[in-house]
Amino acid sequence: MQAEVKQTDQEVKHAEHSEFVSFTVAGQAFCLKITQIREIRRWSPVTILPHAPADVLGVMNLRGAVIPIYDLSARFGLQQTEASERNVVIVVSVHGKPVGLLAESVSEIISINPDDIQDTPPVDSRNTMEYIQGIISHDDTMVRIINLDAVISAPEQVMP
Amino acid sequence: MSGSIQDTFFEECEELLEATDEGLTAIEGGDHDSEVVNAIFRAVHSIKGGAGAFGLDDLVAFAHRFETVFDEVRSNRLELDEKLIQLLLRSSDQLSALVEAARDGGEIDEAHNDTLLAALDEYIPEEEEDLTFEPMGLGGPAPMMDLGDLGGAPAEPQEETYRIRFQPLKEMYGTGNEPFFLFQALKDLGELTVTMDENELPGFDAMDMSEAYLAWDLVLVTKETRSKVEAVFEFVEGLCELSINGDGDAEAEANALAALDAMFAAPPAADAAAAPEGEAPAAPFEPPVPAPEPEAKPAAAEEKASAPKAESGKQEQRGGPKPTLRVELERVDRLINAVGELIINHSMLAQQIANLNVSDTRDVETELEGFKNLARDIQEGVMAIRAQPVKPLFQRMARIVREASAATGKTCKLVTEGENTEVDKTVIERLSDPLTHILRNAVDHGVEKPDDREAAGKSKIGEIRLSASHRSGSVCIEIKDDGAGVNRPRVKQIAIEKGLIPENAELTDSEIDNLLFAPGFSTAKEISNLSGRGVGMDVVKNAVTGLGGRINISSSPGKGSTFTIILPLTLAVMDGMVVSVADQTMVVPITSIVETMRGSDDMINSLGADGTLLSIRGNFVPICDVAGGLGLYRESDQQAGVYLLVETETGQRCALAVDDIHDQRQVVIKSLDGVCGEIPGVAAATILGDGKIAMILDPESIIAASPTAAAFDTERRMSNAS
Repeated sequence: MQAEVKQTDQEVKHAEHSEFVSFTVAGQAFCLKITQIREIRRWSPVTILPHAPADVLGVMNLRGAVIPIYDLSARFGLQQTEASERNVVIVVSVHGKPVGLLAESVSEIISINPDDIQDTPPVDSRNTMEYIQGIISHDDTMVRIINLDAVISAPEQVMP
Repeated sequence: MSGSIQDTFFEECEELLEATDEGLTAIEGGDHDSEVVNAIFRAVHSIKGGAGAFGLDDLVAFAHRFETVFDEVRSNRLELDEKLIQLLLRSSDQLSALVEAARDGGEIDEAHNDTLLAALDEYIPEEEEDLTFEPMGLGGPAPMMDLGDLGGAPAEPQEETYRIRFQPLKEMYGTGNEPFFLFQALKDLGELTVTMDENELPGFDAMDMSEAYLAWDLVLVTKETRSKVEAVFEFVEGLCELSINGDGDAEAEANALAALDAMFAAPPAADAAAAPEGEAPAAPFEPPVPAPEPEAKPAAAEEKASAPKAESGKQEQRGGPKPTLRVELERVDRLINAVGELIINHSMLAQQIANLNVSDTRDVETELEGFKNLARDIQEGVMAIRAQPVKPLFQRMARIVREASAATGKTCKLVTEGENTEVDKTVIERLSDPLTHILRNAVDHGVEKPDDREAAGKSKIGEIRLSASHRSGSVCIEIKDDGAGVNRPRVKQIAIEKGLIPENAELTDSEIDNLLFAPGFSTAKEISNLSGRGVGMDVVKNAVTGLGGRINISSSPGKGSTFTIILPLTLAVMDGMVVSVADQTMVVPITSIVETMRGSDDMINSLGADGTLLSIRGNFVPICDVAGGLGLYRESDQQAGVYLLVETETGQRCALAVDDIHDQRQVVIKSLDGVCGEIPGVAAATILGDGKIAMILDPESIIAASPTAAAFDTERRMSNAS
């Protein structure tokens, strides 16, 4: 699934910018560095893992490899996503292993000047503080930059 | 850079240590053949050489002593008696320990090292020249060592003239050997005259730079023995054409012949081949193409005369190593994965074709069948690459038994059988710990103290038999000791004390034996530093079940115990039954299923509040709902109506309730390690024909987690007891 690329004036100053892919999870805008993303796939039903926590949807066959799929929304403490054909799975590589993240939809690729990244203002939610690396303003909306390593801890600790 | 060279060295060390162990085991078994001794000497020497290059001083020092003792043995100045053999075995263990320490940076037991060094020193004569003639142990099992020396090396060293024709092959230069150094070594032995023969040197134009053209004629006048002279050429053996003619040779050979005649009363014709005996290149006219092991022929011929029964196996072993290829394990694994994909791909294709709604699919199906067979062939081939003989593992176990015997003051010997049984590499690796544990236990708890053994009318030396064999698609490993057997009253007593079983429980003998595998069970009265380390046989059992295997114990009092481990041949594929549970497709390993049946209401009986039992031909077995056990909920109204009767290791039966059975097929096992943590009830995953992932269930842990089945088990015991 190819996201639409929106050209902006900012892209002229290419060298200093990094590209991020923005997507929605439970109605909120998030983004991940484009280099962290391996591929984006359409959602297809996964195999349920018994005794798995609510944010672990199950496992999926990615060209012969068994990869776990997480519901980002549930992971962030938001309501669980009702996965459907319209949703996407963002395959990222964490700790050297492929992992799938369920998101509502992918929006666009945005170019971000590192200087524009603002620290996460302190809010009363530990989850948020941990999982969000910083925020940026893009087209008058707030986009949250996900701290992938915090969201997906080392595989051994993923499940209790 | 140096790291990788060092890695290669340690890899080679492992092979050399294996060769050493193998040779020593042969010697221990009574084979004192000079070729065996030489092989060990060469292996130890190579380790020393490599270790020297990396500055591993401890290793060099130890290997040097070890090698020197062997030098004494092979030049027939030391007799291989029981005491020396035991020392050599211990030294070989220490050598392994030193190599390990050098590789992994661990500590070595200095005191132990020094004791062994001192013990080895006792066998090393003060002066190297000490040539006292050791009479051959005629009463010994192999009275045929180095007969050449018998004639050629009289008690008084005499000056002798050797005419040596030495023509290196190009391979010799390829291995970095330099004739100059050989000559220098010869010069140390006595007076040397070197004449170069350049007759074969072609014109400059025709010269091939990588070819070897030169030959040398050497005349050496020395007091040293012939074997000393030969030793100089030891490491270019097979890399050159070599003939050594001593003045006294004719006489020596005649003597040797006479000795052989006298000993074996064999016809002289047969002895013609045996005469040069262990002094391979002695024949004046070597064949132009050197055999890789020039000694092999005479040695084998000699065996024909002395030990015809051992001959066939020996010759096979000495036929020279088969050419092998060293490949990174990762490459093989990638291949195995690819083949796994191929098999999955095949079932996907088959499913697609079935869905096509084409009326005549016969042709396609025939081809598809061919595809399937080919895929299976490739798979088997690839699996065979990973398969390795259990021999190295068993050799390591011999060491464990020696160490354990030494620590407990018992004498045990390990007899191995079926060492060439091939098992998947991973299985071998992961078997090492459980086997070590069982063997230590066998020595520590199984075999009695020597005095007790004698009192029981057994030989003082305990025997532990370790055997491997293939048994209908699985590997069977048996550890059998001839000790006292399981002390059942005591085991039961302990189990009751530890609350593992109710006090009034009545158990069958085999149930008591299997209590050894219960978690938290340990019989050692005092904690010995050997096996009673708080971890018990349950760890062994877990390791074996982790490999998809089973372990059993049988024991007869006073006669010993036998542990039987049954393992799958490979960890990559297995036969499974495809079932559905709460709308999920899952696979149950076929090995655990005893019987399957469709249940009807009248077969189900309630027991207690929520326990249910299935009646099968008058027997009641607890029902274990798989969906419930896995924490899954049925969305549809479908009821679990199909039962898989499974049997656990303890012989307990249980009916697993599933929704439906679809198929029985071979599935590729995909580990869930690193994907998620351990899931109770799930062993691994696999990919089905439709590309979906299915969980492979572990019936044991589902039953263990099921309240009904577990409760029933206790109830039954309680009711049996009352």
